[in-house]
Amino acid sequence: MKNIVPILTVVAAIVVIWYAAAIPMNSQWALDQAERAEVELSTGELILDTWSQERPRLPAPHQVVSELWGSTVEMKITSKRSLIFHGWITLSATMLGFAFGTGLGILLAVGIVHSRAMDMGVMPWAIASQTIPILAIAPMIIVVLSSLGVTGIIPKAIISAYLSFFPVVVGMVKGLRSPAAFDLDLMKTYSASRSQTFWKLRLPASMPYLFASLKVGIAAALVGTIVGELPTGAIRGLGARMLSGSYYGQTVQIWSALFAAAILAAILVGIIGVIQRRTLTRMGMNA
Amino acid sequence: MSWGWLIFAAAFWAGAYALNVWLANSRLAKYRAVRIGVPVIFGITILVVWQGLVRGLNVPLVILPAPSDIWLRMTQSVPTLWEDFVQTFVKGALSGYVIGCGAAVLTAILIDRSKFLQQGLLPVGNFIAALPIVGTAPILVMWFGFDWQSKAAVVVVMVFFPMLVNTVEGLAATTRMQRDLMSTYSASYAQTLIKLRLPAAMPFIFNGLKITTTLALIGAIVAEFFGSPIKGMGFRISTEVGRLRLDMVWAEIAVAAIAGSVFYGAVALIEKGVTFWHPSQRG
Repeated sequence: MKNIVPILTVVAAIVVIWYAAAIPMNSQWALDQAERAEVELSTGELILDTWSQERPRLPAPHQVVSELWGSTVEMKITSKRSLIFHGWITLSATMLGFAFGTGLGILLAVGIVHSRAMDMGVMPWAIASQTIPILAIAPMIIVVLSSLGVTGIIPKAIISAYLSFFPVVVGMVKGLRSPAAFDLDLMKTYSASRSQTFWKLRLPASMPYLFASLKVGIAAALVGTIVGELPTGAIRGLGARMLSGSYYGQTVQIWSALFAAAILAAILVGIIGVIQRRTLTRMGMNA
Repeated sequence: MSWGWLIFAAAFWAGAYALNVWLANSRLAKYRAVRIGVPVIFGITILVVWQGLVRGLNVPLVILPAPSDIWLRMTQSVPTLWEDFVQTFVKGALSGYVIGCGAAVLTAILIDRSKFLQQGLLPVGNFIAALPIVGTAPILVMWFGFDWQSKAAVVVVMVFFPMLVNTVEGLAATTRMQRDLMSTYSASYAQTLIKLRLPAAMPFIFNGLKITTTLALIGAIVAEFFGSPIKGMGFRISTEVGRLRLDMVWAEIAVAAIAGSVFYGAVALIEKGVTFWHPSQRG
């Protein structure tokens, strides 16, 4: 933990810059209000005002924190304004999509490693598809599925499954191929079957790659769900909070939804990191 | 339902599959033409099966248009597509990409001399790179207005941190021996940077540049969902979805896919020229 001092310094610097930036960003509104009320603002009053407006262009950190606190801890979970409620909607769709995307990704990777035709045919497309802005099709999936009568969690989960699918495929193919030639030769001298080689050598060897791509995949799945919540004019979920905030100029609401999403992403990636460390340690791969 | 299309699609799929399996397992597999041919055959098969299923099952246009419908729409609305492409890709994504990546490389060089700043900024940068930064789009649209400037701003924020992390990593990629050699030449800090460390960092920098091509396009398109003038790929996608003109939506997606691939390919081509010395490029 020797990095803790530099990290805290950088974070503190960001907070200071943020407070400083809030002054010029919000001062126009404060000055306009003062002019309309025909009062003169001293510099101190002006600065205080820029940090406590109701609809600032850039809310000050403490405003975001207090909104976050107010809409999570102090509010009943069932409330429509509780961020835990919205976060749960987003989280459940993300987890469902992530589970599906990861499962299918691993299956496809196993197929690619074991079939030359699939390797040569599918793999270039799996790689090329990462250069394509897949998120662009999110609105279409939502609308098409809702016209088919499928609404709620499923369409969002499909988008996040799609987004987490390709990183897992590419990472797992790399991982399942990671055993060196002499490892494979050793299995051969044991006269191990293909499935034995897979279960005892390839799959364990792929674990570090799997976890690395799971981290990318779950972050992508969360982004997918949030974007999936935008186009329906959805009323629930973190993405919907951002959209309604941007419609009604509720900047503090947008920022708190954004931070809630960031915290959620950090927790999810963190959980996978913990599982990764535990698993790799037990497997003796954590040097 | 028309059985002709379905049977044709099934037969084509079976034939192409058999051909691919044979090609991949034959001695021809080592030739370049076959290596390119197999994925191309796979791609064509998907298009044919798609066409066959849509026509055969009479899938309505509002659910899934056939590839031929999409192609027709693309050829008919070239001016619109071009206008959207310029608005989103050239003005939004490309300018944001250049500004964001440039700023990140400059920042990396600036913090290069301070171990303290690196130790602080790198974990924070890594953390931010994993966050759903797309969510800043509504805020930036509010600040910079509806036109392309706000899209470029979203792209800048999205590409900055992945690029920063990669560049810092790259600048640390030289070995002790190499740096010692520079100091026996009594090279100054700037000379070491320009003649040794920046060239050595190029594979890492280009890795960052390649990752961020996709992010740039995604950022520019998604930012348009939060408000844009009446042009742009994201705007067109969200409005045409609302009007259930899915052939137009797919046409835009096709353009986005092509733009994304060409963008990536162009960066990869430049990489090939710049890092010709690297083992991964010699092959």
